[in-house]
Amino acid sequence: MIKKLKLSDKNVDFLKKIEELSGEVITRCDQCGICSASCPMVSEMDITPSQLMRMVQLGESEVMESKAMWLCASCFTCTVRCPRGLDLSKVAEALRQVELRQAIDHIDVKKLSKDEMKRLPQIALISGMRKFTG
Amino acid sequence: MKKDSRARIGVYVCHCGGNISEVVDVEEVVGFAGKQPGVILSKNHTHMCSDIGQQLIIDDIEEHDLDKVVVAACSPQFQGETFMRVLETAGLSPYVVQMANIREQCAWPHFDTPELATKKAKELVNAAIAKVRFSEPLEKKTMPIGKRVLVIGGGIAGIQASLDLGDAGFEIYLVEKEPSIGGHMAQLSRTFPTEDCSACILSPKMADVQSNPNINLLTYSEVENVEGYLGNFKVKVTKKPRYVDMDKCVACGDCEEVCPVDIPDEFEEGLTTHTAIYTPFGFAVPHRNLIDPEACINLQRDINSCGNCIEVCKEDAINFNDKPEEIEFTVDTIIVATGYDIFNPSEKKVYGYDKFKNVITALEMERMIVKAAEGNPIRDPGKRIGFIQCVGSRDEQVGREYCSRVCCMYATKLASLLKHSKPERDIYVFYTDLRAFGKGFEEYYKRAQNMGVKFIRGRVAEVMEDSGSNKVILKAEDTLTRQIIEAEFDTVVLSVGMGLSKSTDKIAEMLRLAKSEDGFLKEAHPKFKPVDTNREGIFLAGTVQGPKDIPDTVAQASAAASRAVRLMNQREYPIEPIVAFVHEEQCDGCELCIDSCPLNAISISAEVAEVNEALCRGCGSCVASCPRDALDLHMYTNKQLLEEIKNALEGKEEGETRILVVADDTCTYRLADSVGTAKLSYTTDSIIIRVPSGSRITPKLMLAAFKLGADGIFIGECEDRTSPFPHSGQVIRENITKVREILKEEGIKPERLRFVQFVTIMLKGFVDNVNGLVNYAREAGAISPEKREKLVENVNKRLFGEEYD
Amino acid sequence: MKVSYYPGCTLKTKARNFETSALAVAEKLGIELIELSRWNCCGTVFSLTDDDLIHHVAPIRNLIRVQEMNKNGLVENDHRLVTLCSMCYNTLKRANIRVKEKPDDLKKINDFMYLEEDYKGNVEVIHFLELIKDIGFEKIKENVTNPFKGLKIAPYYGCMLLRPKEVGIDDPEEPVIQEELIFALGAEVIDNPYKKVCCGSYQTIRDKQVVSNLAYDILTHAQNAGAEAISLSCPLCAFNLDSRQKEIKEKHSDFTRIPVFYFTQLMAIGFGLNEDYYGFDLNYVNPEPLLKEKNLIGRNNAK
Ligand SMILES: Cc1cc2nc3c(=O)[nH]c(=O)nc-3n(C[C@H](O)[C@H](O)[C@H](O)COP(=O)(O)OP(=O)(O)OC[C@H]3O[C@@H](n4cnc5c(N)ncnc54)[C@H](O)[C@@H]3O)c2cc1C
Ligand code: SF4
Ligand code: SF4
Repeated sequence: MIKKLKLSDKNVDFLKKIEELSGEVITRCDQCGICSASCPMVSEMDITPSQLMRMVQLGESEVMESKAMWLCASCFTCTVRCPRGLDLSKVAEALRQVELRQAIDHIDVKKLSKDEMKRLPQIALISGMRKFTG
Repeated sequence: MKKDSRARIGVYVCHCGGNISEVVDVEEVVGFAGKQPGVILSKNHTHMCSDIGQQLIIDDIEEHDLDKVVVAACSPQFQGETFMRVLETAGLSPYVVQMANIREQCAWPHFDTPELATKKAKELVNAAIAKVRFSEPLEKKTMPIGKRVLVIGGGIAGIQASLDLGDAGFEIYLVEKEPSIGGHMAQLSRTFPTEDCSACILSPKMADVQSNPNINLLTYSEVENVEGYLGNFKVKVTKKPRYVDMDKCVACGDCEEVCPVDIPDEFEEGLTTHTAIYTPFGFAVPHRNLIDPEACINLQRDINSCGNCIEVCKEDAINFNDKPEEIEFTVDTIIVATGYDIFNPSEKKVYGYDKFKNVITALEMERMIVKAAEGNPIRDPGKRIGFIQCVGSRDEQVGREYCSRVCCMYATKLASLLKHSKPERDIYVFYTDLRAFGKGFEEYYKRAQNMGVKFIRGRVAEVMEDSGSNKVILKAEDTLTRQIIEAEFDTVVLSVGMGLSKSTDKIAEMLRLAKSEDGFLKEAHPKFKPVDTNREGIFLAGTVQGPKDIPDTVAQASAAASRAVRLMNQREYPIEPIVAFVHEEQCDGCELCIDSCPLNAISISAEVAEVNEALCRGCGSCVASCPRDALDLHMYTNKQLLEEIKNALEGKEEGETRILVVADDTCTYRLADSVGTAKLSYTTDSIIIRVPSGSRITPKLMLAAFKLGADGIFIGECEDRTSPFPHSGQVIRENITKVREILKEEGIKPERLRFVQFVTIMLKGFVDNVNGLVNYAREAGAISPEKREKLVENVNKRLFGEEYD
Repeated sequence: MKVSYYPGCTLKTKARNFETSALAVAEKLGIELIELSRWNCCGTVFSLTDDDLIHHVAPIRNLIRVQEMNKNGLVENDHRLVTLCSMCYNTLKRANIRVKEKPDDLKKINDFMYLEEDYKGNVEVIHFLELIKDIGFEKIKENVTNPFKGLKIAPYYGCMLLRPKEVGIDDPEEPVIQEELIFALGAEVIDNPYKKVCCGSYQTIRDKQVVSNLAYDILTHAQNAGAEAISLSCPLCAFNLDSRQKEIKEKHSDFTRIPVFYFTQLMAIGFGLNEDYYGFDLNYVNPEPLLKEKNLIGRNNAK
């Protein structure tokens, strides 16, 4: 089914919010796809990073339902390659923060098995909590 | 009534068929003018610009022995030249007429307040009278100009410009740093969109250069130094030694057979080699051998190490004692056509150009196609070939934001040629935007699609190599289907962009040419002077000005030639009277002024400053640098401006506010005219002072204006990039800072002095700024006469420091 | 030479072997790494949203400690802070850059920590690899008594040492610093493009399968290029590439385990330091069989 995209003021507001949080001028994205092809996580994602940028550009807040931003590992590969000098990892973080700041966590550490807890180094736990909890 | 014995001024007030007289009370203005010192007669006419109006002035000059004239009418931008001609006809200097712009800058913008408009018209006329009273009866000056041109760079741009000028009978020196002319075009296979063979269309032109009696071809030569100005550029060129006598050599190639050294062939982009003694390429001009001194054993070690070539040369052409030769000549104009360098793909490490054998540049592919067509294939590029677009273009990661404009089309061309020679080839072009803007380009692109070339909208992220097969793996997103492509290619071609050639840097510095943000040389005006430069008599042709294809390069080369002809065909060219000059008796040779001129027009000789009138463009920014007021500007002298300002403010009455709008001639003055033409109204409490550039208004003049009653000063100037004086913004800012400091010291709000850079379409911006400053000044209240007086005390010390007190 | 040194949490626990080997190697090179007094967790990741200053407080507080080290004479007028863990390096360095570029932010952070002295912005965060590069690979070579003849090592950088550009210790696309080190140690360098591919980082707590898939790609690419061991500098990369080999093996039975070293462990071996410093008990894949096979340990040559 092909979706119809309506362009309303809400879309503009959503874009503005993400631009403010990320500090990036998202409308500058050229949709070249370098980020997508550079992303180590892309094969696990439901939308590609450039698609994520596109949805934010057009203010499609449905982007919040995608898995992509949660799969971003902040590896900055796209950051060093984007020909428009954009930092997509900041955009992904902004999207995550929109949700995390509403106290919606994306991981439950209590659910990790005992064995995992024993194996995992602090660095993994702390960074994971920083990225997935509010 | 005060009498002025020095001047006999006639004032003419125009009705402009009602345009003026319906708002301004012309009679009253005439009456007012007649009472001013030095004014012998004051008249009006419905159309001063008409034959009758013009004749009126001519007759009066004769009859009443007038020596200065004021015409209060429309903008001088409009009819200024008419009245200058009138004065010339009447036997006066054309420079002793002054126009008071009471139409565009009075009747029109103040149409809704006729009384105030009349008052302002009197102020404008009064100011014009003051300015004309101290105007100098300058003579029209000219400089001789000959027919000699230096063309630097022998690519297609330099070739085309030289041929155009040579055919038209001009004398050309074409200097090319390489041993042959031809430039990049000589390396290309075919040319888009017509696919003519590049060598076939270029070689006849190269031959024409050689046979044209008006062209002195200096190959393997470099310009060492250029001094002087339009009509008198002194040029020094060094010819590098070729070690082969060009008059004797017949390029038989016997020497190449015996030379033991092989080095990478630059013309072939390093894909093949040539011997240390070589000809540049098959259709080189001049087609003679030469020796690469870096490679030759004899020249590197001692003279008897090899010498094989000497033994076989039947013409006795080889000369190991050849020395660099210096040549000096003078030319009238210069055309810079030093071209481009391709982007060095080693800078874009993700594409692995240095690491992977099968990643090549498009220029290498051009040579591979030529070699294959000649029957000497270098290697087969294989079946699946990928093109990566925008390599070194549109990429902030390598600091190049611009589009190189030719790569989309040359990739389309190379893909088509490869497909044409072997239809089974599977070819992909990875692009972000496909730019097919030129004539026949879209059709050409479609033809490639018809042939089965696949265009994928996605920029390549990364290139890897399969170490076993040496196949190249590309990663990109097909952004139209949002799929990640990771596929193997036999050859990957990098569509490298263009950058200014490194060898141009030295030339640009020598000629003091400006660069634009993209690093290419800058044209004088992006629309109307696309081949002129910031230096008079120096022109740009081809890719040195920005990326372009061959048709655009050739068009620009012909344009540069015709712009040069435009100057040279006059035999002598008038020089603008607006140039700086020195009051020698006031100058003590302190040299403070030397650096104030961006064109280096000021020098010191015999302990006084001297202005080179051919170099001076008349911005006036040097005037402020002299603590002794020894520097000055013709047509806008210190005395003239001071008197003009004084009279402009004379009409200000108790309790009134007045600001001066200092308007540069190129942008702000015209902008004010447009505001008037559009009948946008603004306050009459403002009066415009016309200057060549805002940088002409020195801090001293600004302070004097405040002293004489100005409540605010507003300086308008072009934006740097459109200004004929790109440095002026900086100078104005510096001047303003100094004056604001002094205002502050005397307890006057520094915001009374403002500066805005305009483009001529900012009509509303002009109105808002003028009204804004008047309102501000009004609210800030009147400045007391004591404070005004104090502004000009110790002014030298405050502006220049203790020692200039 | 005495330099302030920031260990970070993991180097005191799961990556103790990184610290022990590093301190020993440094000593051999005449560098005294003086542990920062009263250091606190750096926060592990740099906060990427523009409005989030609070998370930069922790890294900046550590930088204040460097000022204190100088004041207290623990180091002599040396404002460098050496890190080992790549993530700590990245977070500290980026926070440092941010407050240097945005004085307003610095002021806010200083105001927030009103009980601390102000951070003056004069600390330089460096990675131990940079310090080694400064000393010179020649000097490394001189210290090698137990050269890695014939051992094929693939350097792995991951993300935090290279990206973003302003933080990277080397070219983000073609780094060579570990290559030069491994070469100086006498081993054969195995180059492969996966050396800069992310290991999945913190995703490891959310979805270990995703991470072990990535680790599998990274390790097998290195192996296919001929690598027998991996060298790296991040405890999180180490966990994902070493410990997650358990998950890899469960999924791909034909996978051959490959030892993963901290570069300092390799240095300790090459310098012939006492085997106590190696700390292989914390490595998941035991490197000893490989090292024995290459005759690099167990020859009783430790000094
Ligand atoms: C791969 C590739 C394919 C292309 N294909 C096409 C095509 O099919 N069709 C098309 O229209 N365009 C094509 N172009 C563009 C074309 O090459 C240029 O438009 C054209 O060559 C520009 O000519 P030019 O004279 O400005 O510069 P250049 O060709 O660069 O010539 C400059 C000359 O100046 C000389 N020079 C430089 N510095 C100095 C100095 N200091 N002193 C003396 N001499 C100096 C150089 O040696 C050179 O001879 C292609 C470009 C590339 C890279
Ligand atoms: S690399 Fe940059 S410009 Fe290209 S699609 Fe991604 S964010 Fe947009
Ligand atoms: S012409 Fe095409 S390939 Fe070249 S820089 Fe412009 S868009 Fe990119």
